[in-house]
Amino acid sequence: MKFTEDHEWLRVEGDDTIVVGITEHAATQLGDVVFVELPEIEAMVAEGDEVVVIESVKAASDILSPVDGEIIEVNDKLTDKPGLVNDDPLGAGWFFKIKVDDVSVIDQFMDEDEYQDLIS
Amino acid sequence: MTDLDDHDLRQLPLHDLHVSLGARMVPFAGYDMPVHYPAGVMKEHLHTRAAAGLFDVSHMGQVILRPRIDMPTLALAFEALMPVDVLSLPQGRQRYGLFTNDAGGILDDLMFANRSDHFFVVVNAACKSADIAHLTTHLSQVAEVIPVTDRALLALQGPAAEFVLAALCSPVASMRFMDVGIFPSDFGDLWVSRSGYTGEDGYEISVAETHALACARSLLATSAVLPIGLGARDSLRLEAGLCLYGHEIDTTTTPVEAGLTWAIQKSRRTGGARQGGFPGASRILAELGSGPARTRVGLRPEGRAPMRENTALYDGDTPVGTITSGGFGPSVNAPIAMGYVPATHAAPGTTLTGEVRGKRLPLAVAPLPLFPTSYKR
Repeated sequence: MKFTEDHEWLRVEGDDTIVVGITEHAATQLGDVVFVELPEIEAMVAEGDEVVVIESVKAASDILSPVDGEIIEVNDKLTDKPGLVNDDPLGAGWFFKIKVDDVSVIDQFMDEDEYQDLIS
Repeated sequence: MTDLDDHDLRQLPLHDLHVSLGARMVPFAGYDMPVHYPAGVMKEHLHTRAAAGLFDVSHMGQVILRPRIDMPTLALAFEALMPVDVLSLPQGRQRYGLFTNDAGGILDDLMFANRSDHFFVVVNAACKSADIAHLTTHLSQVAEVIPVTDRALLALQGPAAEFVLAALCSPVASMRFMDVGIFPSDFGDLWVSRSGYTGEDGYEISVAETHALACARSLLATSAVLPIGLGARDSLRLEAGLCLYGHEIDTTTTPVEAGLTWAIQKSRRTGGARQGGFPGASRILAELGSGPARTRVGLRPEGRAPMRENTALYDGDTPVGTITSGGFGPSVNAPIAMGYVPATHAAPGTTLTGEVRGKRLPLAVAPLPLFPTSYKR
């Protein structure tokens, strides 16, 4: 698992897919999540595009795509149970799966130790 | 975090307690305030409605008005600042009041209590120096205006509030909504009112700063009571349909537009014993007679996306109003809001749209409160 400076995590799945969510630190900072707006499946997105909107009890936040690719699956469970983002941010609270040209694109991001240093 | 100059922030008397309880502190109305504790806004909100919550509202202004002549003379002078009946307020009772300006706008909302030989007034933190100046300017002939600066103010709210506070101060159990009393306790005299701003039964407790920490710790000693931050205080009052100064009400809104006509007793209305005679009376009385052009309403977004303050409201392509407070209502378990719309669009069930991130999403006008209140009347 790799981590971005925007407090997202990325996990490779299969040959060409990356799963994206937010870290426990981010979920705690956001507070109780009450609404998640997910991207359209088959949407082509570029690094830095706003792909997810999260509304917590406090405020709205954007999640940016960390890489270029095609959205191939979204976590529909978040529509009815947005609290999964708080309960299990690294697991059941994932946001979307993005198909990329080359999964080695995630090597540029932080490993867990580097991320822990960032947030400590 | 914020870039505000932290050195300008004032600390609450219980600041260290909030920090030790794990509060996240934010600047609010010039004070360093707890926005939430580790439980988080959602749990704090739901716990208050299920059991009880303790709120530190010591940032609010506490003021004593002590008559120079007698209480009726002071009451009549105080009435000249508000469209509210002060003269008839019995001893031991509290009432909601509004300072108005000459245009009929609202300078602040407040609570005032008749404590036999003086009035005790609680005003909003952000307005307190202006309010004290306003009171001093207009009442100094008939009253000493005495800011109370050595007392904390705590609110204990929720269905368990009576049981918890009565264990420390038994007379509070027999109080009714909006009763006030001064009761001796292990924490010195407590100035108690049976009121609050959550829609729940509960109390507001003014306690000497020297006893405030021990008092707060005693109230928190039971698992029935959790400390509650500003985040849940806001969602609780929004569900209860209560106005927040600077949001639903300000100098550009009249009490009638804001739906606060229940606060204007008959004696101050046209044909009443002491009709008019308050700032903005011509506009406020006219609106009472023929209805305001726009009015405050409850709003329920139809989807799950919250609609926040300043969201523009539309009827078709016509802009018709704005949301003044909006978010998620944990007890309603849905997004909720309040805002202003034309009187023609104010009937519950009226469907409008609100613009969120460039999209017009449906919402319906809803009766206030948005969640049932449970005051002990």
